[in-house]
Amino acid sequence: MKIEILGSGCANCRRLEENARKAVEKTGKKAEIVKVTDFAQIASYGVMRTPALVIDGKIKSEGRIPDVDEIAKML
Amino acid sequence: MGVLEDFAGWVVYDILHMTQGEPLTEALNFFIYDTLKIFILLLVITFVVGVIRTFITPKKIRDFLAHRKYGTGNALAALMGIPTPFCTCSVIPLFIGFIQAGVPLGITFSFLISSPVINEVAVVMLLGLVGWEITALYIGIGFVIAVVTGYVLGKLGLEDQIEDFVYEVKSKNTSKNEEMTWKERIKIGWEESRIITQQVAPYIIIGIAVGGLIHGYVPEDFFLHYAGPGNPFAVPVAVLIGIPLYSNAAGTIPIVQALMAKGMAVGTALVLMMSITALSFPQLLILRKVVKTRLLAILVAILAISFIITGYVFNFLIR
Repeated sequence: MKIEILGSGCANCRRLEENARKAVEKTGKKAEIVKVTDFAQIASYGVMRTPALVIDGKIKSEGRIPDVDEIAKML
Repeated sequence: MGVLEDFAGWVVYDILHMTQGEPLTEALNFFIYDTLKIFILLLVITFVVGVIRTFITPKKIRDFLAHRKYGTGNALAALMGIPTPFCTCSVIPLFIGFIQAGVPLGITFSFLISSPVINEVAVVMLLGLVGWEITALYIGIGFVIAVVTGYVLGKLGLEDQIEDFVYEVKSKNTSKNEEMTWKERIKIGWEESRIITQQVAPYIIIGIAVGGLIHGYVPEDFFLHYAGPGNPFAVPVAVLIGIPLYSNAAGTIPIVQALMAKGMAVGTALVLMMSITALSFPQLLILRKVVKTRLLAILVAILAISFIITGYVFNFLIR
């Protein structure tokens, strides 16, 4: 499973990444977390508000920070 | 807000046993009262706007604004910018998304200007600190400036100033488009409210503290000499200082409010607030990734001129 965190590295993106990491630990799933910080690449997902969470190529959240439980459910 | 006033007084006079009338006492009294009032307002209003925002997503706005004509398009964009704040880091994806979908350049800028200037945080701060008259003025002026700046920029035909890669980005449309339930919307509203309040809290506390110190220590009418209606240079100086400065509405408004209380003219104060929130040097650097320097220079010039005119007009009207 591939989890991508889209965002230029502001505080919100780091918080999202942390929540994603905790969610992975919690569910015990095997997942790789990748940060996407390049603007052109972020835009190529069709995302307009960062941070965004992409799981296996699908946008799961955009412009907000879902909590650990919510991300765990998405996984 | 009588309860809050009593509470602040109780803390300062009864708990801390400070002497009434001393500058530090009054500064602290102000600080406690203002901070509490602002935070309560902020939690409530950001929640309401957070729920509203689940209905008007950037994608809906984008599709709504695509291929609009200049004029009405600018007005609609500035209007949509009001309930849609985005952090500085979202400027680029938003810009690329808008341009690619066919939102005209000048209309995109009306949105990008209105959004940081007029938003729920600014409205809460203004309502809480300076009353509804100035709040209404601020919203009205911010709206007109966003419309005019975007309109002029659009009419100048600067499309060649957009970096090529903006058009070349291929966007997959992978976005989810599920309908949300009310339960989810309310959950997101609370989440937004909490996050925004947390984010602006340090700005508010510092802003109100500095404002409180100015209230307590700067002599009455101090700014009447330097930035009152009598000084013709006050407006351009305020705008030139404000444009490169980076701060958000939360940190700016309490400080400017204190300057106003010490005699700064209303027009000068209004354009100082707006020039700080509308644009900043860091934001220009970020925008430089998608548009060329000439466009940015023109943008800064149009904004500076409209702020300066606005400042003079309101200093003349409100005395």
